[in-house]
Amino acid sequence: MEQAIPKPTTTSADALELEIAQLIVQGLNLPMSAAQIDPEAPLYGEGLGLDSIDILEIALIVSKQYGIVLRADNQENERIFRSLRLFSQYVAAHRTK
Amino acid sequence: MSALPLIAHERPEAVLAYRAGAPISARRFLSEARALADRLPAGAHVLNLCADRYRFTVGLAASLLRAKCSLLPPSYTPEVIRQLRCFAPDTFCLTDDAQCAVDLPRMLYRESEPCAEAAPDTSEWSVPRIDAAQSAAYVFTSGSTGAPLPHHKSWGRLVQSVRLEALRLAPIDRGGCAILGTVPAQHMYGFESTVLLPLQSAGALCAERAFFPADIAAGLQALPRPRALFTTPVHLRSLLAAEVALPQTDLIVSATAMLTANLAREVEDRYGAPLLEIYGSTETGQIAARRTALELEWRLWQGVRLERRDERCWAQGGHIEQLTPMADVIELKGEERFVLHGRTSDLVNIAGKRSSLAYLNFQLNAIPGVQDGAFFVREDEPASLAGVTRLAALVVAPSLDTPALLERLRERIDPVFLPRPLLRVQALPRNETGKLPQQLLRRLVAQAAAQAPDLFA
Repeated sequence: MEQAIPKPTTTSADALELEIAQLIVQGLNLPMSAAQIDPEAPLYGEGLGLDSIDILEIALIVSKQYGIVLRADNQENERIFRSLRLFSQYVAAHRTK
Repeated sequence: MSALPLIAHERPEAVLAYRAGAPISARRFLSEARALADRLPAGAHVLNLCADRYRFTVGLAASLLRAKCSLLPPSYTPEVIRQLRCFAPDTFCLTDDAQCAVDLPRMLYRESEPCAEAAPDTSEWSVPRIDAAQSAAYVFTSGSTGAPLPHHKSWGRLVQSVRLEALRLAPIDRGGCAILGTVPAQHMYGFESTVLLPLQSAGALCAERAFFPADIAAGLQALPRPRALFTTPVHLRSLLAAEVALPQTDLIVSATAMLTANLAREVEDRYGAPLLEIYGSTETGQIAARRTALELEWRLWQGVRLERRDERCWAQGGHIEQLTPMADVIELKGEERFVLHGRTSDLVNIAGKRSSLAYLNFQLNAIPGVQDGAFFVREDEPASLAGVTRLAALVVAPSLDTPALLERLRERIDPVFLPRPLLRVQALPRNETGKLPQQLLRRLVAQAAAQAPDLFA
């Protein structure tokens, strides 16, 4: 079950965005490459088509990788899952590692 | 005809629910349920979509008081909502989400002052009784022919079921246990164990649905002891993977998919609480439990019996309304014990949601432009961090591109069953009887993966 997750080495927003896309594609076994994720498309429902179990998986991935703790009662949730870009910005602002 | 009380709480000040850690009394609950009952629309069937578990429960109580029957479908896709309208044209939707877009007449429900015990309530304390024969709910399974199959639940049978459950789940049997759930109230397991069980065992439900590992820890912390967590294998794995510490918990319960003994032992070791696993089906409700870390055999609820007839096992007795075939491979071990050997091949369970390949195939092939298509289980795929393996599908649909196809499919089936991947082929490898050997399907996927490795991460 332990998956190989590359160490974070990013410095710019674009690189972080691509790194998160890679983690998501790898962690969720998505049938696409990281570069194929539209950074502006919704992550949840239409768009990338993720469901609530995926969101739980993503929570585990970003907690392991960046020390981000997601909470269901966070008012920002709707906004941050609106796109890879917004999610990536949230990670950049709240990461502890 | 006998009547059974709506709640088992004996005193008006008994705590029936918590929201954000603040107690809500039985008196306040009953007064809110009566007030809502007066405002409900005329229809006799209600789709209660309140995400807040307390509001859901007030909605359920109000519906029972007005003899309205709750509908619990397996998903809320436009196709399923259309089928609900056919099943009961007077269905209305009760929701606590102003953005709710379900295509039914909608009533928005939000209490005027959530949380607070407002002005002293001086209304007379009396617990309403509901006729045991009253239709309380129809729970739907996805069926195999495209139309959801309704399963009738009378109030009396539902009450009996959760009273039998309470007998097996110490410390819930002693009353006053606070219950945190990670499953929605609209799912049969959540409906029974996180709504009806606290109502009928004089316990307290938690309004918030815990979802992320940190929610579970914070949710339990906000509840007094004794406290119990009702969850699923997916959430248990996510708790362990996130290495989240939990406050001392008196009971952990899992259902919806089978636990392994290893996972059960790991959970018990880490959290120091007994982990009980519940077994049931939408048709029968819950019927048995076991302490998975310590025992292989399941023990049936008091009065429930399994019987082998033809190839299958049939359940009856206790709270079960009629002789019902079980969809699992069951080995009987005496009168009240059995061993479970997995599900029959057509049934799939993805992250606790159940469907059948026949149903999914029906929906795929009902899409205009799809000439042939089939779902199958990818046993070769490694499970994710939360231990979930998805379905794959092959489809012949030259006139539709993949995004359009997925869009049509999303209108028909729960997103958890959307194929990963969806493979486009010229023809399906059907054998001479029209069947699709799973081995051939897997070989096709392997070939496709070799040709386009970037599609298979």
